[in-house]
Amino acid sequence: MSEIVASNETILVVGGGISGMTAALEAAECGKQVILLEKTPALGGRVSQLYRYFPKLCHPTCGLEINLRRVKANPNLRVLTMAEVTAVSGDAGNYSVKVRISPRYVNENCTACGECEKAVEAEFDDEFNYGLGKRKGAYLPHKMAFPQRYVIDPAIIGTADADKAKEACKYGAIDLDMQEQEIELTVGAIIWATGWRPYDAARIQPYGYDRIANVITSVEFERMADPYGPTGGKLLRPSDGKEAKDIAFIQCAGSRDRNHLKHCSRICCMASLKQSTYVTEKHGEDGKATIYYIDIRAIDRIDDFYRKVKENPNVSFIKSKVANIVEDKETGNPVLRGVDTEGYHRYENPHDLVVLAVGMEPSVPADAFPVDVEINEEGFIEASPDNGAVFAAGCSSDALDVNRAVQSATASALRAIQVINRAAGTEG
Amino acid sequence: MSNMNTAMIEKYRNNFLKEVEANVEEGEWVKMCMQCGVCSGSCPLGPYWDHPPQEIFMMIRAGKREEVLSSSSMWMCTSCYNCIARCPRGLPITHIMHGLAHYADRLGLAPKEQPTRKFAKHFWDNLTKKGRVNELKLGLKLYFMNGFGEGIKTAMKMKDVGLGMWKSKRLSIGELWGGHSIKDTKGLHAILNKAREIEEAKAKKFEG
Repeated sequence: MSEIVASNETILVVGGGISGMTAALEAAECGKQVILLEKTPALGGRVSQLYRYFPKLCHPTCGLEINLRRVKANPNLRVLTMAEVTAVSGDAGNYSVKVRISPRYVNENCTACGECEKAVEAEFDDEFNYGLGKRKGAYLPHKMAFPQRYVIDPAIIGTADADKAKEACKYGAIDLDMQEQEIELTVGAIIWATGWRPYDAARIQPYGYDRIANVITSVEFERMADPYGPTGGKLLRPSDGKEAKDIAFIQCAGSRDRNHLKHCSRICCMASLKQSTYVTEKHGEDGKATIYYIDIRAIDRIDDFYRKVKENPNVSFIKSKVANIVEDKETGNPVLRGVDTEGYHRYENPHDLVVLAVGMEPSVPADAFPVDVEINEEGFIEASPDNGAVFAAGCSSDALDVNRAVQSATASALRAIQVINRAAGTEG
Repeated sequence: MSNMNTAMIEKYRNNFLKEVEANVEEGEWVKMCMQCGVCSGSCPLGPYWDHPPQEIFMMIRAGKREEVLSSSSMWMCTSCYNCIARCPRGLPITHIMHGLAHYADRLGLAPKEQPTRKFAKHFWDNLTKKGRVNELKLGLKLYFMNGFGEGIKTAMKMKDVGLGMWKSKRLSIGELWGGHSIKDTKGLHAILNKAREIEEAKAKKFEG
């Protein structure tokens, strides 16, 4: 790896999802030196795992492509993947950051031809598909991965599989002796954009995510709808592989709940409304979606989307937080039990498939931050003067949709630029 | 209707929620309910309630005083605490149900023949006499709660269980005469009388 030159006029961006990419690009396009760190082998984050965006139902791959072009075109921006911050010391305008870079075992010679993947036999749960499918021990994280370079799973190092991969490579791209690296960067400001992760659905005990095969999460459903996803775009029941036509969505699965996440995760109402359109998209008149909700929070311009979905006679709404789910052993159908608020009717409704609209929690647990910042009750970073020149962008600051995350990222880029300008003596 | 009831109607005219907040144990939580319905769906006896907890909370806010206080619903609560465990807002629903039942009873509005209420009264009388529950007497009282004939029938049905308990020294026939007690029953009665005095003084403020 070439030497990374960094100074107190450099901005460090931690996290290469939509927020981190946006913040890094905005700052770099303003002429600032930027280093973008990403923990996984490729940029894009959770947005790259989405099938469609709300409310326009366009494909996130489109925006991702534009951003990746900007990344490739910008000489001010350095991207380090498989890199994780382990420690931060110093003050605003002069930070020293320790970064651990995990070995990829594949160097710059890689052309992404895929021969190593074919040669390797070991298979692992595919993180990109939330474990719904398998990937090989040598793999490209996803179709649009940047850098377009394969990764060797550390689990196959030292096995015959690793040698097979090396042999298969015609370009000498596989380097099985690659070691973990520890580097130290000097930077002036830090943009923290480590994003979110879906709340662990198994902890919502009454919904039986860990017991009932046909109860899945919204992020898994999103992967299923993707034509390049684990089911080729078909909405299939995990229990028997049959097509799911009658699909229930449960809102606030883990959000707005003192037993789980106290906050409203903001995206889930729109996500389920969006996903209800997938049901009609795939099955037409035969597809049926039922949304169980406390109240639908589709604010400002996205309210139009809610109204449009409501007009669809195949989408119905039940105002009720489902109390529990049991499995009909014969059919494999999850049966939803509860009492609705509009009339207090007790129901016991079977569906083909249940999608839990899981909440957003910060991907870094409150006690695991390698940097001294103020964390609020929900685990998000508070905008505090005590944070020095560490600025939160996107979902590390709050539960946000993509639109708002990008706004937040741009704002944090501006804040970081001001610190850098002060360090350079160009601003008072 | 009791004087206290009339006084309360006068005091909280058209604002039953305020009345509940001021007089019912944990009543100040009622306004926090967001009507998600998870309590009603989680209640094991839910199907047997006239109005599940979620509906009771809405009725309180809607000012349906008579319907709520004379309802048998909150007397159906078995204190399993499933609703409290699941309530996303952390409402102490079980306690509110008992609070409402107790308040309704104090006002003389609780349904007289509600079995939980009848049992609760027997239990209380039994316990306060000696400071210990006399299980033999309580059991017999329960058997004969609905008349002599039914009492005999239940007693006959349960005789093997009783005999078994007697043989394994879990039940003493001697309990019928006096029964075991705490060391200082007088002290206990003094405490209970004082508590009653305080409660009645509180209630008196609204009477007259």
